[in-house]
Amino acid sequence: MASVDFVDVRKSFGAHAVIKGVNVHIDDGEFVILVGPSGCGKSTLLRMLAGLEHISGGEIRIGERAVNDVPPKDRDIAMVFQNYALYPHMSVADNMAFSLTLKGASKSEIETKVKPAAEILGLSHLLDRYPRQLSGGQRQRVAMGRAIVRDPQVFLFDEPLSNLDAKLRVSMRTEIKNLHQRLTTTTVYVTHDQIEAMTMADKIVVMQDGRIEQIGAPLELYDRPNNLFVAGFIGSPAMNMLHGRLDPADGQRFVTGDGIVLPLAPGHRGTPGTDLVYGARPEAIHLGGPIPMEVIVIEPTGFESQVLGRIGASNVTCVFRERLSVKPGERIDVSIDPAAVHLFDAGTGVRL
Amino acid sequence: MSVSAAPPPRATRASRGSFFERLSQSRNGLGLLFMLPAAVFLLCFLTYPLGLGAWLGFTDTMIGRPGVFIGLENYEYLFRDRVFWLSVFNTLFYTAIASILKFALGLWLAIILNENLPFKTFFRAVILLPWVVPTVLSALAFWWIYDSQFSIISWVLMQAGLISAPINFLGDPWNARLSVIAANVWRGIPFVAISLLAGLQTIPASLHEAAALDGATSWQRFRRITLPLLTPIIAVVMTFSVLFTFTDFQLIYVLTKGGPVNATHLMATLSFQRGIPGGALGEGAAIAVAMVPFLLAAILFSFFGLQRRKWQQGGSD
Repeated sequence: MASVDFVDVRKSFGAHAVIKGVNVHIDDGEFVILVGPSGCGKSTLLRMLAGLEHISGGEIRIGERAVNDVPPKDRDIAMVFQNYALYPHMSVADNMAFSLTLKGASKSEIETKVKPAAEILGLSHLLDRYPRQLSGGQRQRVAMGRAIVRDPQVFLFDEPLSNLDAKLRVSMRTEIKNLHQRLTTTTVYVTHDQIEAMTMADKIVVMQDGRIEQIGAPLELYDRPNNLFVAGFIGSPAMNMLHGRLDPADGQRFVTGDGIVLPLAPGHRGTPGTDLVYGARPEAIHLGGPIPMEVIVIEPTGFESQVLGRIGASNVTCVFRERLSVKPGERIDVSIDPAAVHLFDAGTGVRL
Repeated sequence: MSVSAAPPPRATRASRGSFFERLSQSRNGLGLLFMLPAAVFLLCFLTYPLGLGAWLGFTDTMIGRPGVFIGLENYEYLFRDRVFWLSVFNTLFYTAIASILKFALGLWLAIILNENLPFKTFFRAVILLPWVVPTVLSALAFWWIYDSQFSIISWVLMQAGLISAPINFLGDPWNARLSVIAANVWRGIPFVAISLLAGLQTIPASLHEAAALDGATSWQRFRRITLPLLTPIIAVVMTFSVLFTFTDFQLIYVLTKGGPVNATHLMATLSFQRGIPGGALGEGAAIAVAMVPFLLAAILFSFFGLQRRKWQQGGSD
């Protein structure tokens, strides 16, 4: 196990820069998730750590060792690929033992390492099968088993759950988290799914366009997003964002572009006269209150009701614990918890 | 899909109409109908000549004289014919050496072309040239290259001071054998290289990456990932390559006509030599038929080689 450091890491393909100076410190044993929309450079960053992509600038360290010029085979890391990358001509046991076989390990040594790993992952009865004969979830487990057998310094996961169906994804999520708690190996995990990031990570790195937008614990990002991008990316359903300015009369309320007045907590940091964005998470909106909302769509999930409505001319998503008996087109009255409201500068996107 | 659903009742239809009606509804009937043109073509141009050839082998037909059935006499004669056995040896030697060289060099070329080298598409196109040039044309070019006086190879070696007299490429039995093999290899490499390149491209890059992370050196990746995953394609490609080489005719006929002293006579060229210029159609046909067991053996070998490996079976994707 080891810590991992990215120090001003850059990567460009020709003249096209894809990683534009990334600094991250990952503690020994930490579970870090790189998250961002497709094309933000998160997979490239992971592949640079694995040694599968050349590093154009900066330095990557595993433990105390700079690995910029260390070939992948000598970095002592294990990676789980999106398509699992299982060797189709080898049985499950041989797949898991491949790294040991390469090292010329003895049969008994291989067995003492493969067997426990297979047991942890519930693969013991599948050891003689070939990858083709396995389901998606089983293949995923074999890929993880291959990584566990290595007992590496760092585990890398490149969107490992994106080929699985929704139900399996949820259970594999738990399994991976459980595995990390058990093995406590430093883990770097890439996903575009913010729910995966929120549920599994010790620390999330939100990336966009080759840069880091924010680094922090899941709830820290949720409660205190640095900017509009992080605010919109983290959380599902996404944060509602309404454009407008402070009330010129007293500066203690927010007025949207179409004249709807929304509450603000005292001591907010908005400056009068500038264009602002009013951010309210769906669960910060409650039933009953001074703000009229027209209901467009209701999505009851049993536990809660998600309502898409319209306040003024802006679409707003709300999540209510109550069961609603309204129909699309009807009006309901809502209130917004001012303590849970974020104000952003509309020009820079920075949270005030 | 089932097409056996009962047709709607049409009691008033004439019986002729209902025959076509039934045919158009019958899976087997239609299948046979659609296969008919191909079957006729194969019967006329493949089965008939093959059958005629096999029959001629049992006769003493000469050009201009219809023969009579003489049983296995042609084969008994060939069994005692040293030239025939020499041609069998030549054919096996030619096929074995040329195939091994084509495989090794073709695989090597395919691996190089699979790397990220500049002008990749250009090289991939150029590599096909020996294959697209008509054999007779390239054989004529080799004829010049191997010429006893004007050979460019001899000239270069003499200029370099390595030899003092031109090499007698096609005049010495072993030189001639190796020369025609070299020409055949030159011509056959593109087919092997391009087919294996196609096979290499079906191997996902992530397998190599996974193996590299697992600690494999490039040789270990080749030996344990590339080669096993390529075996099904190697089996197909090499079967075809062996069949093409075994039945080679044009190259030999243009370069040496089987000489010197029959040293490069293959079974195919000997069969033609005896049958057409020599006029002994029956005997020529018998030589050609004698190739069949060898070809069958090659096909059976590849059939078992081609059988899907255990790892390719089962599963849904």
